[in-house]
Amino acid sequence: MKLPPFEYACPSDLSEAVALLAARNGDAKLLAGGQSLVPMLAFRLAAPALLVDLRKLPGLRKIDVSRNGVVLGSMVRWCDILADARLRTGHPLLLAAVAHVAHYQIRNRGTIGGSIAHADPAAEIPGIALACEAEIATVGTAGPRLIKAADFFIGPLMTLLEPDEIIVEIRFPAWPAQRRWGFQEFARRRGDFAMAAAAVWFDQDEGGRARNAHVGAIGVGDRPQRLPEAEAALNGRMIDDAVIAQAEAAACAAVDPQTDIQASAAYRRALLGTMVERALKSACSGMGES
Amino acid sequence: MRAQFKVNGADVDVDVEPRLTLADCLRHHLRLTGTHVGCEHGVCGACTVLVDGAAVRSCLMLAVQADGVEVVTVEGLSHDDHLTPLQASFRKHHALQCGFCTPGMITTAHALLTNEPNCDAERVREVLSGNLCRCTGYISIVEAVLDARSAYGHETEGTKDPAKGRDDRDL
Repeated sequence: MKLPPFEYACPSDLSEAVALLAARNGDAKLLAGGQSLVPMLAFRLAAPALLVDLRKLPGLRKIDVSRNGVVLGSMVRWCDILADARLRTGHPLLLAAVAHVAHYQIRNRGTIGGSIAHADPAAEIPGIALACEAEIATVGTAGPRLIKAADFFIGPLMTLLEPDEIIVEIRFPAWPAQRRWGFQEFARRRGDFAMAAAAVWFDQDEGGRARNAHVGAIGVGDRPQRLPEAEAALNGRMIDDAVIAQAEAAACAAVDPQTDIQASAAYRRALLGTMVERALKSACSGMGES
Repeated sequence: MRAQFKVNGADVDVDVEPRLTLADCLRHHLRLTGTHVGCEHGVCGACTVLVDGAAVRSCLMLAVQADGVEVVTVEGLSHDDHLTPLQASFRKHHALQCGFCTPGMITTAHALLTNEPNCDAERVREVLSGNLCRCTGYISIVEAVLDARSAYGHETEGTKDPAKGRDDRDL
């Protein structure tokens, strides 16, 4: 369908963008890459009075990789992330997950800030932000805020963002070279939304036992989730097939997927378990994704 | 609202509603009907054009967002009097039937081959997964794109006469 009518503004600095949002009191939307928002407009699921285009705002397209971690400007596109060789060691889990985000043409315009703000429960990067304890830096009328990913996602397409707030950065904590990780996703077609996906990582103590385990689930609830029950099954243990089976069972028991047009609840639950199992096996093999 | 940009090398200056997509601007305001509009919500890939060299869906971009950019459509990748190597390869491999998806396939494949002339079949399949074709079953399309690599400087053993490939280069 053709898009509903709206006004359009393309400010050249952040404070002007915040002021434009604040003046509309919730009836304005930010336009980043537009790869989720424009379909929402086309389906008339969204019909804001004003679109505020972020493309001229300076400083939002930087990728910073340092010993403190990885900082991504909110207007960094998927193709920018995939082209940045520093991220192969700076954040291999993020890189592996971004390779599953949408299709070639979408990756040339879609942005990380847009995906985080859109908060689709089946999208990869909100799940990675949660599983990696990322923080989301915003600016609004009340000033800057730093919001933990664990607090940020509050429901399907719903976040803690105020109507006048703009995401400026996504900050990922540093990634130690020895960290074990795995990412597995199942979609009918590569690039489509996940029917279920799992992101796992853990560190190891001197004896090789897992510690600091993180298990994230994508596409099996109304928002991305961490699964403390599955993490507890891993911490303090040598990761072998029996431990992986326990973590898989804990993950299946911890989620509450709904039946929808794509899959039944039971199928999604089983699929998530398989994704957790495969992600842990790839983490053990040191191969990450394969 | 005015937007000024380049399309296929020519300067254009349009006065459009903000809600007009780049795809509809190209078709209705600039009469470049080679860009096809299928799903209008970013799934089918028929409307793919190049924006500053990158393949993007023109139904997911507003015309006003194109202000200052350089757009290349399928018309910009063709000639009146002869086929480009990519078009010739599509013809040779029967990589189209009804032709509706073909502009998106050509623009996407051109972007891929320009940036990655040594791509393999798996990469071609992954990139084309964003373009739907309801006729061909894709096998012939993938073959056509792979066969066109030599015209873009493909450098593996399969290229019998790379110099000739470059001479023919007419992109």
